[in-house]
Amino acid sequence: MSEKTSIAANRSWAARLVVLAPYAWLIAFFLVPFLIVLKLSLSQTALAQPPYTPLFDLSAGWQGLKDFLSGLKLDTYALLLSDSLYLTSYLRSLEIAAASTLMLLLLGFPVAYGLARMPRRLQSVLVVLVILPFWTSFLIRIYAWINILQREGLLNDTLIALGIVQEPLTWLATDTAIYIGIVYSYLPFMVLPIYATLEKMDESLLEAAADLGCPRWKAFWLVTVPLALPGVVAGALLCFIPIVGEFVIPDLLGGSGSVMIGQTLWIEFFGNRDWPVASAVAVMLLLLLIVPLMIYQHMQAREPESNR
Amino acid sequence: MRKGPSWFNITSIALGLAFLYLPIVILVIYSFNASRLVTLWGGWSTRWYAELLQDDAMLAAAWISLRVALVSATAATVLGTLAALALVRMGRFRGRLLFSAMIFAPLVLPEVIVGLSLLLLFVAAEVDRGFWTIVIAHTTLIMGFVTVIVQARLLGFDRSLEEAALDLGCPPVKTFLTVTLPLIAPAVAASWMLAFSLSLDDLVIASFTTGPGATTLPIRIYSEVRLGVKPQINAICTIMIAVVAAALVAASVLSKLREARTALPVPGAV
Repeated sequence: MSEKTSIAANRSWAARLVVLAPYAWLIAFFLVPFLIVLKLSLSQTALAQPPYTPLFDLSAGWQGLKDFLSGLKLDTYALLLSDSLYLTSYLRSLEIAAASTLMLLLLGFPVAYGLARMPRRLQSVLVVLVILPFWTSFLIRIYAWINILQREGLLNDTLIALGIVQEPLTWLATDTAIYIGIVYSYLPFMVLPIYATLEKMDESLLEAAADLGCPRWKAFWLVTVPLALPGVVAGALLCFIPIVGEFVIPDLLGGSGSVMIGQTLWIEFFGNRDWPVASAVAVMLLLLLIVPLMIYQHMQAREPESNR
Repeated sequence: MRKGPSWFNITSIALGLAFLYLPIVILVIYSFNASRLVTLWGGWSTRWYAELLQDDAMLAAAWISLRVALVSATAATVLGTLAALALVRMGRFRGRLLFSAMIFAPLVLPEVIVGLSLLLLFVAAEVDRGFWTIVIAHTTLIMGFVTVIVQARLLGFDRSLEEAALDLGCPPVKTFLTVTLPLIAPAVAASWMLAFSLSLDDLVIASFTTGPGATTLPIRIYSEVRLGVKPQINAICTIMIAVVAAALVAASVLSKLREARTALPVPGAV
């Protein structure tokens, strides 16, 4: 990367504005809100409007800071740890996210691999076809599955018509429905990064392996898979992180039995109006995701430089 | 070694695409179903579209969503493009790590976290929630997507054009407007469209940051869907799909025309 670019060298007001405008926006509407969540998760529930003890009062000065610090309580976190409801919710979210990421990989890899082996002209068309559903509303796509999975829906009708089952099966409000919804919604996020790495792959490597007597399945395992690994990791992170906090899919397709953590947060906030507990749930969720988020961030930050 | 796709490759693509498109096709077909029972086929009809036009609450929600999407897509495109310029052209400025973390994190961060944190900010700042709070929330969420697209474009084009303009004494702002901006325009336009559709689509963050009188279309649809499947919902979903499809077709035709024009040999040019 050339350090002394001409625009960078000329740090005019305009150049400063380029950094400062988005920076200021993100600090105001991304960073500061997080600090408020953190603060609120450390305060107590109050029967007031808004339902929590007030925030740090800047005008009070030192005394205010002391009051602020002494006002911090770990009560909500103690509750989170003592009530098994939250723990099961976290574990269930991780389990669903891990299992569906694996399913996405098993389904997405062959699609991405197939795409990369298509003739060039066809490839760009097919890639657009994979991206297109992403442009239609997420809610619509989940709703479309309700049409199919409900008791008198198309899936049961088809299964009965084919004579596979006699009685209609229950699909909605089951884990199967959640998995179908998640895999369906996130498939492009898995296919595209893997395709991007496979598409850049040098075919002659496979030819060399074949010339040296390496069987095709072995060449695939020893050459193609390692080369595709960055794409696999990127795709897995792009799916896993948001799935852990998924709300809409389990809410519309899942049952009421056990809920994912995104739903727990939603219920605490909108249902129980317990804002401090909802904030603590959010902080814990973030802590849970911090390692995958950092790997993702690392890959994103390196991306532009590897392209040069 | 054979280079073309095998049957396995073709089958996996076909199955993948079928999986992606079948539910949408089924939804569109059912929106023309005459029967009130969603699953029972009662012949072709457009009665649910007619009923939709009577549904004032749904239409009002659609109008609010369109306005939110217009404003927030535009704001996000401006901010996201600036952020892309900062990341690609500004070298290593102070706080760059925090900057890129704040830009890319919203792309994957669970929406419930972003929604909750923004709501708490608005409550702490004692802002009345409604149209503008949704716009702010959507802009924050979406600008990262714009940055990713514009950044890729900025990295892809020939820097020497910019440098030539600067060497010839063109001021940086003018260089940006007359050289850089036309070059990245297709990416900026594409990211505006993506930003627009993402804003139109968002349910979770809008639910947190909305206020009285600002029910967006997804919030409205969600509350209807929770009560069960209704034929009108199929109809509104089909309309939304048609709008997005039309916009995408228009965009690709425009870019094809543009390509064709630039590819044509200009008479008199060297």
